[in-house]
Amino acid sequence: MRILVAVKYVPDTDEIQIDETTGTMVREGIPGIINPLDLYAVEEGLRLKERWGGEIVVLSMGPPKAEEALREALSMGADRAVLLTDRRFAGSDTWATAHTLSKAVRKLGYFDLILCGERATDGETGQVGPELGAMLDLPVITYVSQIEDLHPPHGGKRGWICCRRLTEEGYQRIGAPLPALLTVVKEINEPRLPTFQGKSRARRAEIQRLSLEDLALSAQETGLRGSPTRVVEIFYPSLVRDTVVVAEPPEKSVERIVDFLQKHELI
Amino acid sequence: MDRGVWIIAEQWNGKLKRVSFELLARAQRLADKLGDHLSAVLLGYHIKRAAQELIYHGADVVYLVEHPRLFQFDPDPYANCLERLIREERPEIIVAAATTTGRTLMPILAARLHTGLTADCTDLDIEEGTGLLLQTRPAIGGNVMVTIKTPNHRPQMATVRPRSYKPSPRDSSRSGEVIVKDYPDELFASRFKLLGLERPREETVNIEDTEVVVAVGKGIGKPENLKWIRELAELLDGAIGASRAVVDLGWLPYPHQVGLSGKTVSPRLYLACGISGAIQHLAGMRGSELVIAINKDPRAQIFKVADLGVIGDLTEILPRLIQRLQRLKSKGEKG
Ligand SMILES: Cc1cc2nc3c(=O)[nH]c(=O)nc-3n(C[C@H](O)[C@H](O)[C@H](O)COP(=O)(O)OP(=O)(O)OC[C@H]3O[C@@H](n4cnc5c(N)ncnc54)[C@H](O)[C@@H]3O)c2cc1C
Ligand SMILES: Nc1ncnc2c1ncn2[C@@H]1O[C@H](COP(=O)(O)O)[C@@H](O)[C@H]1O
Repeated sequence: MRILVAVKYVPDTDEIQIDETTGTMVREGIPGIINPLDLYAVEEGLRLKERWGGEIVVLSMGPPKAEEALREALSMGADRAVLLTDRRFAGSDTWATAHTLSKAVRKLGYFDLILCGERATDGETGQVGPELGAMLDLPVITYVSQIEDLHPPHGGKRGWICCRRLTEEGYQRIGAPLPALLTVVKEINEPRLPTFQGKSRARRAEIQRLSLEDLALSAQETGLRGSPTRVVEIFYPSLVRDTVVVAEPPEKSVERIVDFLQKHELI
Repeated sequence: MDRGVWIIAEQWNGKLKRVSFELLARAQRLADKLGDHLSAVLLGYHIKRAAQELIYHGADVVYLVEHPRLFQFDPDPYANCLERLIREERPEIIVAAATTTGRTLMPILAARLHTGLTADCTDLDIEEGTGLLLQTRPAIGGNVMVTIKTPNHRPQMATVRPRSYKPSPRDSSRSGEVIVKDYPDELFASRFKLLGLERPREETVNIEDTEVVVAVGKGIGKPENLKWIRELAELLDGAIGASRAVVDLGWLPYPHQVGLSGKTVSPRLYLACGISGAIQHLAGMRGSELVIAINKDPRAQIFKVADLGVIGDLTEILPRLIQRLQRLKSKGEKG
């Protein structure tokens, strides 16, 4: 099995500070990490490899520092890492990101399975995975909470995967032929911690870098220029709540809550 | 006729989901501003009645595609039919629900149609002069809001969260047109096999689509105490949310988790019990209309986003609160 995992480099939310007086976010110098939700995709890839053999390639698009995200995946056990980095990729929206990733996937050869996180903790759109799948014309299974069954391709027969996906109505069981693209939710597994060995291997590993030219892309189809959407305004939501905090005996507290519920017609 | 504003209606077992009416209400404002038609797209099987319902709730036109393969959501026939319909009718704007269905279908369409898509918009408006759709959404855990446009690609597409808007009222005197689309068989072909649905363990698990979320954190102390949370949720007719700490301890399954790596909810009331209010938790709930927080630590961050903060011990407050609500309820029922 050849498996590709797409991982994103995002700001570490633990480090995000809110300026107490202005209520705005302090963004300066926030260190980056691998998108925490992508760890589940990496872990699932590793488990499939342990079961079926093969190769795990991790792919990221981002600034040169996004290498750190790839090294994290390598330290967990991924075999190879590819970074798409080029100033002309900057400002890509989800369409342009997925488009650029799709060119790289095509360049990197055949994959039985592509795994993505459910969403990135910075952009939080969850769109790149399904868009990438659609651009590669693969069956897309989103919100996967378990891979129930997998048959790798065998003797000219196509592979098959069966998943449980988490929906509003419950767990949907769904099967699809390989190659396919999955986006996975946190419930799917418990990501392993990198071993010492893994870490030192990751430090030494060579990361393949690909630029616009390497992907035979034109500057019109990626980055800000290639993005159908434009951010036209950024603002900070005002904190509109008139917070009342009370410290009273339990009976009194209960009265407060009941009054609040009644006032707002919640009971 | 102009190309108009569309919503993608959602149905379950032939019955329209409430979010379809929320989408209609939202899109109505956009259509009015543009002086344009409001259309709904409905895919399913044996759903003519539902098509009429969409008209009663504000649609001028309903595009109806019926086929056994559309009975349940299957990405292939759904995306194929919608892509065909969009290419035929060329709408200006499409608004869909940010449900697991909408969030799967819309990106696939955006990719195929080469257009922009903005997820989880909290506000949609029309720009004066240009008539462009202004799509406003939170980013980075609700710490910033961004407004996004799709200037040159069509359609302009956005998803919005369920429960973020009031549903449009029903008016059975409204009339409109149902346009039935008959598509060739190949559009209904699918690579997928739908193998069935398992209902979740807890009935109240759909926390994104409920008026009230009673959320529990590690401060509840032990799993046995969850009985209070269950009772409260029942009394308030709400669903149970949880912090990641509670899910990681295995006290509640993952579908209950609220926050950065769980669900984002915006109910009318979020009642946080024993939750410290870590930034990753706040990311999933700060859009709630009203927040009550109970915590024994006066410095807990959750109080910063609460309307009513109650400093106190859950083990003392919750049993009394439940008793009080039960009494109120039985009084109400007696008349
Ligand atoms: C990448 C990443 C993603 C994350 N994603 C999420 C996420 O999606 N959702 C999420 O919730 N967290 C998430 N977290 C974890 C988050 O940082 C916190 O660890 C978590 O929210 C804490 O849960 P808690 O408030 O239940 O527990 P604690 O922080 O332990 O807080 C318990 C609270 O209960 C109070 N308490 C204790 N006893 C009582 C009592 N008897 N009566 C009243 N109050 C009492 C305490 O004062 C305390 O404030 C994430 C973290 C990371 C790094
Ligand atoms: N720049 C990127 N490089 C690699 N993978 C990405 C990138 N952006 C998004 N992804 C993948 O797409 C998923 C969803 O991201 P998003 O649509 O940004 O919420 C992530 O969990 C990643 O698996």
